[in-house]
Amino acid sequence: MSTFYESITGGLQGLYERAWESHGMLVLDLLPANLTTVVARLKDDYGCALFLDVTAIDYPERKPRFEVVYHFLCPAQMQRIRLKLGVEEHAAELPTLTGSYGAARYMEREVHDMYGIRFTGNADLRPILLYEGFEGHPLRKDYAMEHEQPIVPYRK
Amino acid sequence: MQYRPPVSSPLQHTAHPDHVVVNIGPSHPATHGTIQIVAEIDGETVVHADVHCGYLHRGFEKEAEHHTYHNIIPYTDRLNYCSAMNNNFAYAEAVEKALGIELTPRCIWLRTLLAEYNRIADHCTCIAASVMEMGGMTAFLYLMTVRDYIFEHMNHLSGARLTYSYVRIGGLARDLPDGWLVRLEEILTFTEGYLERIHGMLDRNRIFIGRTRDVAAMTPEHALNWGYTGPILRSTGLAMDLRKDNPYLAYPELDFEVPVGIKGDNYDRYYVRMREIDESIAMVRQCIERLPGGPINVDDPRVVLPEKELVYNQIESLIHHFKLVMDGVQVPAGEVYTAHEAPNGELGFYLVSDGSGRPYKLHVRAPSFVHMGGMHTLLEGHQVSDIVPTFGSMNMVGGECDR
Repeated sequence: MSTFYESITGGLQGLYERAWESHGMLVLDLLPANLTTVVARLKDDYGCALFLDVTAIDYPERKPRFEVVYHFLCPAQMQRIRLKLGVEEHAAELPTLTGSYGAARYMEREVHDMYGIRFTGNADLRPILLYEGFEGHPLRKDYAMEHEQPIVPYRK
Repeated sequence: MQYRPPVSSPLQHTAHPDHVVVNIGPSHPATHGTIQIVAEIDGETVVHADVHCGYLHRGFEKEAEHHTYHNIIPYTDRLNYCSAMNNNFAYAEAVEKALGIELTPRCIWLRTLLAEYNRIADHCTCIAASVMEMGGMTAFLYLMTVRDYIFEHMNHLSGARLTYSYVRIGGLARDLPDGWLVRLEEILTFTEGYLERIHGMLDRNRIFIGRTRDVAAMTPEHALNWGYTGPILRSTGLAMDLRKDNPYLAYPELDFEVPVGIKGDNYDRYYVRMREIDESIAMVRQCIERLPGGPINVDDPRVVLPEKELVYNQIESLIHHFKLVMDGVQVPAGEVYTAHEAPNGELGFYLVSDGSGRPYKLHVRAPSFVHMGGMHTLLEGHQVSDIVPTFGSMNMVGGECDR
C-alpha cells in the first residue's frame, strides 16, 4: 500500500470498518453514520477535491440489500479512493454530499432514480434520466429487463 | 394528446413575477444534443438555469447486466459516438484488468494510436458544432471535412463510420488493412493544413472573441467542485491529464504536452481543444513510427476465439468456440474501476463481476453527465445568447450523458 493510502488508513482509524487495496485503489468499508465525517476529512485533510462518482449495487438476497459505492480522486497524488456503504432496503437513505461537492447533485439524483435510495439534504431529487411518474427503480435486480413503460405510447 | 414534460421545472413556480421563463430544447436548432434548458431570464440575462438531461436514456447499465462481455462492446460504441474507440478501449481495459490480462505490444501501441486519432475527430466535431452555432459556417465545413476524412478512414479499418466495435477483450478485431498507415499520414498532413485555416479564421476574429472571451469563465476550484475533467478542467489552468498522471496503454513512452488555458472561459476551451489536436497528431505520428510487429491478440484461451480452421476440424476447439460465444468470457469475481482520458474527460468504467460470463454491475462514469450537472453555474449571470456557445464548448454528447 502506498504511503498516501497508509496515511489515510492511519488517520481515519476508527471511522471505517475495513480497508483494503483493490487493483491499486484504496477501498474503505464504512457505516452510513460516518460518511459525512470521512468525506469531510478526505476533502480537507487529504485533498480529495474531485467527487468522481456514486453508484449502487443491488444484492437482493443480502442484508443490507444495497451497497452504495463512492469514488473520489485526490488531484495532488492522482490517487483514487473508493468508499462502500451498506444500505438497508426499508431505510434506503444516506446523507447528501452536495454540501461538500457540487458534482454530487446530479449523480445522487441518478442513484435515486435507478435504485430508490434517498439522499437526505439533497433538495432536488427529481427524476433525471427517467421521468415523473415512472414506477419502480430500473437498476434494481427485481425490475425485469422486459418491463416497458414508455412515456409516449408506441406507434402501432 | 396533451403534452406533459418528463420533468417539471420548479422555475415555473419560483420565478420572479417580472422575469420570463424560457424553454430551450430538448430539440432546438441552436443546441446539438437532446438537452433541455429551462431558464429564468431578466431582460437578456439568465438568472437561474435548470438543465434537464435523460432524453436519450437507453438503459445501458441494465442492458449490460444481461449481455456477455463481448456483446457489450457495441453498446459502448454508442456512449460517446464521436469517439467510439476511446469508449471501447476504456471498457476493454476494465475487463482485462479484472481478468489480469497483459496486452501484446502491438495491441498497446495500436490502441494508443487509434485513441488519439479518434480524439482528433471528437475535438473537430465539438469545435465545428459550437462554431456553427455562432454562425461560423466555413470553419464548420472545414472541420467537418477533416472529421469525415477520419471517419471514412476508420470505416476502412472497422467497417463502420462511427460505431466501430473494433476492440476485443485481450486485443483487437483485426490487424490494420494494407496501406492504412500511408493514408493515415496523408490525412494527418491534410488535417494540419485545415487547422491552420481554422486558427486563421477564429483565433483573432472579433465576433468569435466577443462571443467566447470571458463568457462562462471559471476557476480551477470551481471546476473541481463541479466534477469537471478533461479539456474543460485544463482550460482553467490545471494541467490534469490521466495520460500523464495515471498513464495507461503506451502513454508513458510518448512525448507530449498538456495544454492548459488561462481563465476557463469558452475561448480557452476552444483553444485547449485546438492545441490538443496538435498534440494528438504528434502522438499518432510517434505511434506510427514505433508501432511494433507481432500478434494483436493475447495468447489466452480464456478470451480469444480459436482459429476458424481448428474450429471446423477439432471437437475441442469447436467446444471452446461454442463456450466462449454462448457463455462468454468468465471474469473472476471482484470489482474494478478503470479511468481513461476520453476526449471529454475522465471516462470511468466500474465493473463488478460475480464470476459469471455477464457483469453483475457495470457503471459508466460519463464525463458529459457530470459536466451537465454543473453547467447551470456557467449560464447564470450571462446573456441568453451565451447559452449556445457555452453549451457548445461543453461538448455534451447525448449518448454518453444519458446512457
